[in-house]
Amino acid sequence: MNTPVRRVAIAVMVMILLLMSNLTYVQVVKAGDYRNDPRNQRVLLAEYSRKRGQISANGQILASSVETDDRLRYQRQYSDGPVYAPVTGYYSVIFGSSGIERASDSVLNGSDDRLFGRRLSDLITGRDPSGGNVVLTIDPNVQQTAYDQLERKGYTGSVVAIRPQTGEILAMASTPSFDPNPLASHSSDQQTAAWKADNNAEPSPLINRAISETYPPGSTFKLIDTAAALSSGRFTPDSQLTAAPRITLQGTNTTLENFNGNACGTSATASLRDALQRSCNTAFAQLGADLGEQAIRDQANAFGIGQSLSVPMQVAPSTIGDIPDTAALQQSSIGQRDVALTPLQNAMIVATIANGGQVMAPYLVKEVQSQELDPVATTEPDRLGRAIDPSVARTLTELMVNNENSYSGAGKITGVQIAAKTGTAEHGNDPKNTPPHVWYVGFAPADNPQVAVAVLVESGGDRNDLAATGGAVAAPIGRAVIRAALGGGQ
Amino acid sequence: MAAPDLRTDAAPPTPAPLPTGRGIELVLLAFAAVLVTSALVLVEANQEQELTRVLVFVGLAYLGLFTIAHFAVRKFAPYADPLILPCVALLNGLGLVMIHRLDLAEIDQALALGRSAPAELIGRQIAWTAVGLALFVAVLWVVRDHRTLARYGYTAGFVGIVLLALPGLLPSSISEVNGAKLWIRVGPVGIQPGEFAKILLIVFFAAFLVQKRDLFTTAGRRFLGMELPRARDLAPLLLAWGLSVGVLVLERDLGTSLLFFGILLVLLYVTTERVSWMLIGLAFFFAGCVIAYQLFGHVRVRVQVWMDPFADFNNTGFQIGQALFSLGTGGVGGTGLGAGRPDLVPFAESDFMLSSLGEELGLIGLAAILVVYLVLITRGLRSALAVRDSFGKLLATGLAFALALQIFIVIGGASKLIPLTGLTLPFLSYGGSSLVANYALVALLLRISHAARAPLPRRPATPLPPIAEAGTELVERPR
Repeated sequence: MNTPVRRVAIAVMVMILLLMSNLTYVQVVKAGDYRNDPRNQRVLLAEYSRKRGQISANGQILASSVETDDRLRYQRQYSDGPVYAPVTGYYSVIFGSSGIERASDSVLNGSDDRLFGRRLSDLITGRDPSGGNVVLTIDPNVQQTAYDQLERKGYTGSVVAIRPQTGEILAMASTPSFDPNPLASHSSDQQTAAWKADNNAEPSPLINRAISETYPPGSTFKLIDTAAALSSGRFTPDSQLTAAPRITLQGTNTTLENFNGNACGTSATASLRDALQRSCNTAFAQLGADLGEQAIRDQANAFGIGQSLSVPMQVAPSTIGDIPDTAALQQSSIGQRDVALTPLQNAMIVATIANGGQVMAPYLVKEVQSQELDPVATTEPDRLGRAIDPSVARTLTELMVNNENSYSGAGKITGVQIAAKTGTAEHGNDPKNTPPHVWYVGFAPADNPQVAVAVLVESGGDRNDLAATGGAVAAPIGRAVIRAALGGGQ
Repeated sequence: MAAPDLRTDAAPPTPAPLPTGRGIELVLLAFAAVLVTSALVLVEANQEQELTRVLVFVGLAYLGLFTIAHFAVRKFAPYADPLILPCVALLNGLGLVMIHRLDLAEIDQALALGRSAPAELIGRQIAWTAVGLALFVAVLWVVRDHRTLARYGYTAGFVGIVLLALPGLLPSSISEVNGAKLWIRVGPVGIQPGEFAKILLIVFFAAFLVQKRDLFTTAGRRFLGMELPRARDLAPLLLAWGLSVGVLVLERDLGTSLLFFGILLVLLYVTTERVSWMLIGLAFFFAGCVIAYQLFGHVRVRVQVWMDPFADFNNTGFQIGQALFSLGTGGVGGTGLGAGRPDLVPFAESDFMLSSLGEELGLIGLAAILVVYLVLITRGLRSALAVRDSFGKLLATGLAFALALQIFIVIGGASKLIPLTGLTLPFLSYGGSSLVANYALVALLLRISHAARAPLPRRPATPLPPIAEAGTELVERPR
């Protein structure tokens, strides 16, 4: 009877072996498929059960995960959601993430290598990993002012404020904005409803206009022409340019005219200083053609246009476009045609002038903190190169001070000298009958710059008419933001 | 691979006292206790619980129960195999840990949904463990010699059939849980008599087959090199088949049906030593499968779900689909005890204990558990080899194989190797009847292994007959 018992024993071993092979198939070969199957809630629950790190700025917590008593253990919460949404982004388990939530995900979810020590101890103890924290360069006061200024009047637009010496982004507002809270809801219905509403809204609140959209810079581009002119050594602020109210583009029948068709002053010529102050298109079209495409392009590139940036979110590259002939160069020289900048890029340009010509890489993440709020990495300011000589920067500052002092408009700050340039850019298929995008770029105080700003308001803002100008619509916002950055109230 | 203790091979008995192996058993039990305690602490740590009253209670109860079991074995079966009880203790302990872990998940969820916390299963399972070990001790105490059981073969068979058939005949209100009529529920207490019937029927078949052995070994016609049994000797096989089909029809339970048929087939094979029985049995089995598939809707559904659980994921395929997600998420290393979501699988503490363990302990943990089972089963089969009487051999083989087949059906079902059937994992799953019955089963195995390893009282130092005569040993016939 022993032989069949032995055979039974062998059969049992074969059975166990079969089970083992099948389990290996399920848990090794098919494991990835099963783990990532959308019907497998475990990944989603794991996302929620991990304490995601917080995003803070200057001691104020912008996004954090707070413990709940429902089965999804942590709820992502955003204080002042719409104000900071372009920076923090959203974090939806169904619809993905954006902003810092996405760009700094490895820190926030705890998988970043800089948090390795804690991960190791989590691994040994089998504890759920919790995420590291991100401290931003944002100044909540400036951000709030920027958002309020845009929001109050229902503008579609963006404000970027940069500390010129370091490249720290002090404010990055975009309106209309959205509330990331419902997108992080534990109810998938609520998430879906919020997602649909945000996606169907027009203009879209999910677009971060500061870094994801490019706009024709209009007259603000004349700063680059002027920088190129001064750097060439052939021009000084007193160099004379044409003052004609309109010129015909070279080799075409198309005319290019000044704002409202005015002559640039009363003489036949105008100085570079006056031309910049009055923003005379004819003078800069002539200047651009004189300098040549290469000089303009080189100067633009030196300010960072065309460069790929991440702050750490990816920034849409700004461009001056193709310039096939002199007529195109003349149009491009006044910031039209295919020239397109992000508000961040335009802020970088004035920040560079404020910083004596040294281009600083803009950044949002000041510090990465461990789970226990100990700093593990601090961002060092990064020099991207020199755009202009310090002397050219000084001259440009003088010219911009001259500009600002000639501008009317609300919000002037007594005792603070701002250096600035406005812009009013035509766009669309029927530019003469579409309200223009309006710009205001500048920095202050002019002699010791603490903040550089770029303000963009789409399609004339509340004026919504063809007569909207940078000086009237955008400048008051820029000045309010500067005042906030310099420590003043609103 | 599973037998480091070589002394269990029945060496010619010598006058010197044989090692009993009880010391080894105690050390291994202590090791099992250490493993179980560590597992419990890990669960608590991962669930961010403080060291609660439950932890101390579970730990002390576990330690106390198995200390008593150990001393009972020392007293009533001192030569019993030293590996069997520690294997059982480890499996039972891991089961308790996982049930406690699932309790915590249930409480979490209840709190989250604003309901009052559900009753914890761990207390009941410990109570059942105590009952099981009491039966274990009682069996060791009452059954001093397993051969006496052979005398009660027909009684056991009759009681077994009654127990097996009872739930099928009772009204559904008493016997039906989740579509299978396997229960007898009176008030809060429910038992599955089929679990006990399993052991009784193994006793009956072992006794019956040993008694009628000559009949089955009478040669019939030869066919394709095999000796076919005579047609009239197929009766017991038909009986087994009828029993299984009866279970399937009356109780709508595929697993129990398959289990009984498999055990009885193996017993028949071991008795007759003829492969032809096996093949005929398998032919019957497949015929039964085809007929069941044609006749019964629930069998068809099971098979369809087995083929593609994700085709109807939200309905019939939900259980197995969730189990596969659970196992897949666990992967090789598992999420760690207390760190996964095994509670997402329905019946995570009973039918799908496998996926709970697989998610949190991973493939590595499941392999270890399978090895523990394999050690347990092979020690049982080794006792069958070593014991001197045919009835003991058949009984031990039947009991050990019953464990093996049940594990195969449950694990295979939960991991989509075979169609899913509702059975519990012996010692690991939550469930009183299964636990208590399996302790009785293990007590019988220990009793047989004691008989196999104990020095012979009446035939001291007689060399065993040569191998040629091995098949003709004397058997004490039941009176």
